[in-house]
Amino acid sequence: MNAILNFASRILPGLGRDEDVHAFNGGVHPPEHKSESSTQPISVLNLPKTLVLPLRQHVGHLPKLQVKVGDRVLKGQLLAEAEGTVSAAIHAPTSGTITAIDEQIIPHPSGLPDTCITLSSDGLDTWAPLQPIDWQASDKKTLVDSLRRSGIVGLGGATFPSHIKLRSNSQSPIHTLIINAAECEPYITCDDMLMRERADAIVSGIEIVKYLLGAEKCLIGIEDNKPLASKAMRAACSQGQAEVKVVPTLYPSGDARRLIHLLLDLEIPSDKRSTDLGVQVFNVATVLAIHRYFAFGEPSISRIVTITGNVLQPQNFEVLFGTPLNDLIQAAGGAHTNTSHYIMGGPMMGFDLPNSQVPITKASNCIIAARQDLFPAAPPAMPCIRCTRCADACPVNLQPQELYWFAKSDNFEKARDYKLFDCIECGCCSYVCPSTIPLVQYYRYAKSEIIATDKAKEAADLARERNEFRLARIEREKLERAQKHAERAAGGRAEASANTDATVPSTPTASDSNDKQAAIAAAIARAKAQKLAGGSPAPAQTSPTAAADNTDKQALIAAAIERAKAAKLAAAQAGEAPKNTENVSPSVQAEIKQTDALREKVKKSSGENADIGSETSADKG
Amino acid sequence: MNRSPYISDAPSVSTIMFKVLLALVPGIAAYAWVYGAGILVSLTLATSTALLTEAALLKLRQRPIKPYLMDMSAIVTAWLLALSLPALAPWWLVVIGTFFAIVIAKQLYGGLGYNPFNPAMVGYAVLLISFPLIMTKWPAPLALAAQPLSWSEQLNFIFSQSLPAALHVDATSSATPLDYLKTQLLLNKEVASISLAPMFGHFGGQGQEYVTAAYGLGGLYLWQQRIISWHLPTAFLLSLAAISGVFYLVDPGHFATPLFHIMSGASLLCAFFIITDPVSGPTTPKGKLYFAAGVAVLTYIIRVYGGYPDGVAFAVLIMNMCVPLIDSLTQPRVFGHEK
Ligand code: SF4
Ligand code: SF4
Repeated sequence: MNAILNFASRILPGLGRDEDVHAFNGGVHPPEHKSESSTQPISVLNLPKTLVLPLRQHVGHLPKLQVKVGDRVLKGQLLAEAEGTVSAAIHAPTSGTITAIDEQIIPHPSGLPDTCITLSSDGLDTWAPLQPIDWQASDKKTLVDSLRRSGIVGLGGATFPSHIKLRSNSQSPIHTLIINAAECEPYITCDDMLMRERADAIVSGIEIVKYLLGAEKCLIGIEDNKPLASKAMRAACSQGQAEVKVVPTLYPSGDARRLIHLLLDLEIPSDKRSTDLGVQVFNVATVLAIHRYFAFGEPSISRIVTITGNVLQPQNFEVLFGTPLNDLIQAAGGAHTNTSHYIMGGPMMGFDLPNSQVPITKASNCIIAARQDLFPAAPPAMPCIRCTRCADACPVNLQPQELYWFAKSDNFEKARDYKLFDCIECGCCSYVCPSTIPLVQYYRYAKSEIIATDKAKEAADLARERNEFRLARIEREKLERAQKHAERAAGGRAEASANTDATVPSTPTASDSNDKQAAIAAAIARAKAQKLAGGSPAPAQTSPTAAADNTDKQALIAAAIERAKAAKLAAAQAGEAPKNTENVSPSVQAEIKQTDALREKVKKSSGENADIGSETSADKG
Repeated sequence: MNRSPYISDAPSVSTIMFKVLLALVPGIAAYAWVYGAGILVSLTLATSTALLTEAALLKLRQRPIKPYLMDMSAIVTAWLLALSLPALAPWWLVVIGTFFAIVIAKQLYGGLGYNPFNPAMVGYAVLLISFPLIMTKWPAPLALAAQPLSWSEQLNFIFSQSLPAALHVDATSSATPLDYLKTQLLLNKEVASISLAPMFGHFGGQGQEYVTAAYGLGGLYLWQQRIISWHLPTAFLLSLAAISGVFYLVDPGHFATPLFHIMSGASLLCAFFIITDPVSGPTTPKGKLYFAAGVAVLTYIIRVYGGYPDGVAFAVLIMNMCVPLIDSLTQPRVFGHEK
C-alpha cells in the first residue's frame, strides 16, 4: 500500500522536490509580505527615555535581582543573574537609574502583568567595562560557564537559554550544528536582513558554537525566498565553516524538527531531542549574539526587530530590550490611523499585544501593525466537512479533523492517542480549513486541560505515595515498639510480660485508627490536588510527612523516596511537555513556565535543590 | 490573546460545493442531449425540494438558515440524486427521494458534516426499495426510441405519467444495459451476442456512455481544482477494472468487459462525485484507497449477482458503515513516531 502511495505521489505533478532537500508532509505557502520591510537597511533606534525590562524574557526560572530602586547602572551591567540551571541573566541596555521594580504588562499572550525593572536612561549610554574572551585560548567549560552570564537566549522566538544548549554532553556528542535561518513566517525579515548585513559576524559565531559543541559539520538552512541572504552567507562561508542549504519556501520549514528533516533526512523521534541524535539547532541571530559576547564582551541587550504591516515605513531596527513598542512604531514613521492592534510574531503563530506600550523583549522578532482588512476576522465557523485539507497541510502528519473532534467533545484521552502533543501549533490546519474552524485554539485548549488534569493527578499520586510511606513508617514504629516491649519482657520482669500480653491484642485497634487516618490524609491530599488543579499555588505537601521528625535513618529513607518521586515527576513532565520547536508558540512557553513552576514547588516540598530534569526542553532554539 | 493564525487561504464550503455543481454541468448537458431535457425538470424539482426541506429542518432545529443554505451542499445532494434516478422519473419520485436524502439522511443526523451516510445514496436506496419497478425502467435514449418524446411530452410524462395516445410505456422505456445484460445472461445467452442489441454502444450503454464520459470530464476538473484527491476515483476505477477483468478473463462468455463496467451505470458518477463526498467518506489516504476498492468490489458483486440493476448505492452505503473502522485502522504515521 505504501508502495502504491509513493509511486502515485511520484508520478503526479507538483510533488517532486529537490533531491538534496527532504520534504516533510504538508506545509503551506502564505503570501510572504517580506519585501515591505526588507528594502531598507537595519537602522538603530534613538535611545528611549525609559526602558522596561521584564524579568521573564526566557524559558525557565526567573533570574535573581542584583539591583534595587535608585541604583545607577551602566550599559551592559548585570541587573539580574541566572538562577537555577535553566535561566538567563538580564543586563542594562543603556546607562541610567533604576526607577522602579514592579509589576507591569508584558508582551505575552496572557496579557497579565509580571515583574519588570524600569530603567531611566541618562542619555549618555556609557558602557560598563567589557571583557572580551579569546575563545580559542579558553577551555570549553569556562566559555560555557561564562555564557551563563551573557543573558543570551534563542532569538528565533523560543527564548531558551543558550548556555544550556552548549553544555557538553558525553552521552550523545553533537556531530552537526544546524543554523536555523529559514525564517518561514510571513512578514518577518529580521534574520534575512541580519544575514545580508552581518554575515561575517554570524559565521564567526558559527565557528564558536561549532567549537563549543564539538560539531564537525554545520548546515545553514535558508528558504529560497532570501537569495541575497544566502548569497551573503555563502560568501562569508568561503573557508568552508558551514554549508548553506537553500530549502523551498514552505511554512513551517523553520520549525526545528522540520528543518532537521529537510536538511538531514532525519526524523527526530517524538520522545527524543535532536541532541540525542547528535544534532543541535541554533537560530542565526543567536550565534551572532554569541559572537558579540566573546568578541566584544557585549551581553545580550538588543535584537533586530521587524516592524511592518500597517506602518508608514516598514523596516528592521536594532532595538534595545525594554524599549517601548511606541518608540519603535514612531521610528517606523508611525502607524496608519486605521491600525486596529499590534501582533507580536508572525501571522501564523503570533499573538495580540495588549497595548502599544509593552516593551520589546528577547522574544520580539517582529511586530505587525494590524488592520481590519489585513487580517480580517474569520467568518463564523461551519461544521467540519471532513475534507482533510487540514491533514494534507499538517507538517506533523496528524489528523487535525480528528483532533478537533476529540478536543471539542472533551475526549482528551483520544486526543492524546491521536498524538495531540505532537502538534506544534503551527496553524497550517486552520489556514486551509474551508469551514474556518479555529482548530489551533481547540488544540491549545485541549492541551492545557490535559496538562492541568495530569498535574492534579501527579500531585494526588505524590500525596498518596507519601501517605503510603507514612503508614509503612507507623507500622514499622509499632513493630519496633512491640519489639522493645518484647525485649524488655525478655529481660525477665514478671510485670513486663503482662504488659506485652496487653500490647499484642491492642495492635488491630491501632491499625483501625490508622485506616481512618489514612482516609483523612487521602481526603486532604485530594483536596490539595484539586486546589492545585485550580491554579492555587498550594504545594502538594502533606502534613504527615512534615511530622516525620523521627530517627535519622527514617529521614534519610524519606529523602531518598522523595528524590525518586521528584525525578519520576520531572520525567513525566518531560514526557508530556510538547518539546518541539525553534518557534514554540507563546502558549506552549506558558505551559513550560507553568510546568517549571510546578517543578519548583515539588522540589521545595520535597526539600530537594538539584535541578532534576530541568533541561527537558533543551532543544528549543 | 493567542488567536493565530490570523490569515487563511481556503475556499469556503460554498465555493467547494459550487465547483462540484459546476463539474456536473458537462454530465447534465450530455444527459439532456441523450435522454431529453426532462432531466432539467428533475434537477429543478430536486433542488427546490432540497432547499425547502433543508430550510424547514434548520428552522425546526433552530439553526441559522442562511449560512447553511448558502453552503449549497443540499443542492449537490439534490443533483446527485436526480442524476441517479431514471430519466423522466415521475415528479413525486424526485420529491420523495430528495426529502429522504435531506431530512432523514442529513438533517436528522445533525446536518452538514454529521451525516454518516451519503445522503443522495440514502434517497436513492429508499426509492429503489419502495418503488423497484419505476426505479429500474429507464427510457431509451432519444436516438434509439422509436418515437422520441418531444419536450412537452416529456413534461407531461414527468408530471402525470401520461404518454401520447399512440404510445405505450414499454415502447419508451426499457431496462438499462446493465439490467438487460443480467436478464439475458439468465437466459443463457452469451455476452458477445447480447451486446449486439441496439441499446449497447461502443463501450457501455448506447448514449449513456457519453454521459458517463462527461462525468469523467467534470471529475478531472474537480481533481485539477484540488476539490477531490486522486485516491478515491483512481482506486475505485482500478478496482472495478480489476475485479471485472478477472471475471471476464475467466469466462468472457458470461462476464462483461472491464470497460463495459466502467462506462455503464453510475460508475463514473460514483468514482468522481459520490464516493468523494467528504463527510461520509474516510479521511486517511490509505483509508480512501480501501474504501473506494470496497465500493468497487461491492458494486460489481451487486451488479452481477444482486437483484438490482446497479450496485453503486448499496455499495456506497455499506462502505459508509465501515468508515470509522477504516479510518481508525489506517491512521498515517505521525512525524517522529514508529508506525
Ligand atoms: S480542513 Fe476543516 S473542514 Fe476540512 S477536515 Fe479539516 S477541520 Fe474539517
Ligand atoms: S497546528 Fe498542529 S494539527 Fe494543525 S497543522 Fe500544525 S501541527 Fe498539524
